[in-house]
Amino acid sequence: MPDYAMPGQGLIGGLMIGVAAAIMLLGAGRIAGVSGMAARAIGLGGGAPRTLALAFIIGLPLGAALVAWAAGPILSRFPMSMATLAVAGLVVGIGTRLGSGCTSGHGVCGMSRLSRRSIVATFTFMATGFATVAIVNAVGGGW
Amino acid sequence: MRGVIGLASGLLFGAGLAVSGMLDPVRVRSFLDLFGAWDPTLAFVMGGAMIPMAIAWLIQRRMAAPVADADFHLPDTDPITPRLVGGSALFGIGWGLGGLCPGPALAAFAINPPAAAVFTAAMAVGFAIVWALDRPSGPRTPVHA
Repeated sequence: MPDYAMPGQGLIGGLMIGVAAAIMLLGAGRIAGVSGMAARAIGLGGGAPRTLALAFIIGLPLGAALVAWAAGPILSRFPMSMATLAVAGLVVGIGTRLGSGCTSGHGVCGMSRLSRRSIVATFTFMATGFATVAIVNAVGGGW
Repeated sequence: MRGVIGLASGLLFGAGLAVSGMLDPVRVRSFLDLFGAWDPTLAFVMGGAMIPMAIAWLIQRRMAAPVADADFHLPDTDPITPRLVGGSALFGIGWGLGGLCPGPALAAFAINPPAAAVFTAAMAVGFAIVWALDRPSGPRTPVHA
């Protein structure tokens, strides 16, 4: 394990994310999928009640702010250009809506449910994610 | 009640992303950099998140309804369509380009609002494009698989 890896913190944060998704499932009967909830919150998607989606989406930065307040600054490096960030955001927006989910909905909720759609989706976005970074690095387009 | 559940879930989700280092696009991108300085942290995050969720799915099967709704509203687990695969493939490309997926992008508003805003605004444009294509009033070539 390389020394920059954070397996312990990753596991703890992951458990918190899993409990958060469990609260959504058992409390509201919905998948805690961020792309779907975000689209719903701004009126660009159907599904969950608007209040639920909005509250969930607003909770995300508040939760991160709470950790920063309690534990100090959170490392968050953005070395890429704003243009790269915008293109990435656009592609993520189109892809997650066509694919009906992202890392949370498919990766966490669907995989743990053994959903065939989510397993295929997760392996697909992992594969193209690996390939994209490899290609970008190979052509010298890294950050 | 819905608001409380949504907020509780979102708060804990955002906090978990912060604790696990997922608000750092450089770290996320390092996970995707299999042939470079690979950082396995994200695998621990996903593995950790699946433990409570696997238990939650077992509990869900024994519940007639969730706490705050009359029914569960769960997506289909089949079929595999070109739309699902193509969309997911696109998502992975964007994820690799920016080192960000939707959850961390939104949670990053607490840390780096300008960058989070650029990514999120572009993502919302992407949502709007698919929303428009999917609507009956949209272009005549719907993207349904």
